[in-house]
Amino acid sequence: MNRVPLERKVLSENDKLAAELRARFHEHGILCLNIISSPGSGKTSLLERTLESLPRETRVAVLTGDIQTENDANRLKRAGFPVKQITTGGTCHLDARMIDKHLAGWRLEDIDLLLIENVGNLVCPSSYDLGEEAKVVLLSVTEGEDKPLKYPSIFFKSELMVLNKMDLLPYVPFDVAVAEENARKVHPGMEIVRVSCTTREGIDAWLAWIERRRQSARAAAAVAGETLVAAPGAEPGS
Amino acid sequence: MHEMGIACSILDAVANEARRHPGARAMKVGVRIGELAAIDPEALRFCFEVMVKGTEQDGLQLEIDRVPRQHQCADCKEEFVIRDYDFRCPRCGTVSVDFASGDELELTFVEVSEDESSSAGTKST
Repeated sequence: MNRVPLERKVLSENDKLAAELRARFHEHGILCLNIISSPGSGKTSLLERTLESLPRETRVAVLTGDIQTENDANRLKRAGFPVKQITTGGTCHLDARMIDKHLAGWRLEDIDLLLIENVGNLVCPSSYDLGEEAKVVLLSVTEGEDKPLKYPSIFFKSELMVLNKMDLLPYVPFDVAVAEENARKVHPGMEIVRVSCTTREGIDAWLAWIERRRQSARAAAAVAGETLVAAPGAEPGS
Repeated sequence: MHEMGIACSILDAVANEARRHPGARAMKVGVRIGELAAIDPEALRFCFEVMVKGTEQDGLQLEIDRVPRQHQCADCKEEFVIRDYDFRCPRCGTVSVDFASGDELELTFVEVSEDESSSAGTKST
């Protein structure tokens, strides 16, 4: 028997394409966020509040994933920004190939912020890199405080947890402190914002987080641009 | 439940590797799965067995190496396994949040049979 060592990622094809997407996003100074949660935690509502709060001149685009229907895209298009629905037809997550395919027709130089709403699922999306700058996980107070412990992978890999439906706290036995402690057990130091998409509580804190990340993305793009100018012989991807 | 897709990626990688060894047959593939990889090893094994059945990869074995979450102590550099979210270093007691391993989803090896057709062209390097 001949044992051939491989030592590479199982999803190396997806990761390779995701790395190419990330390089394109960096080149254009685009902040790309991959938003993940269980079905019904409020991803689409959060995007609705986000889009209607952004100034009209904001260069934002949205890709929204579901197994079936164009319902989410139709909801989000009302804000007037470019939105595309990705219907996976059964697949429980988005992958880099779907993002690449659905970006076709959009000029990346016209986009500053790309928001990707993943398929509602706390498990599978955590395995697939989409080229995003950061994953954001939503949890709502109508779920269990122990979800971060039950689904540690996605809470570990997400940079921000958005705790949604805060307006419903008086009606549900949900302990915010315990939920946040659980999230930080899985992901020490994790950033958390508490929001209600119904009352708009906390939406400004969420927008401020996006703005901070956009500024870092722009700064990184500027540095990358200067590096290219300083080293004209360097060919990207070589 | 994305283990079917993961099994598919593993089998593609094995088929690619097998093509580099003409005449030989892939017998076993090794994967390393971290506890934070969001993969259920038993579901993956089930999907893998369903997918190879009746194909030219029938009989291919899957060896799964499970990796626990490990941190590295910021002070004494000891690497230690995290149990029950206790981040204290067992050697010096420092609380350490420096993640070291446990989110892997990697191919580690493919075992191929000795060349069945001829002795040429499949030299092990």
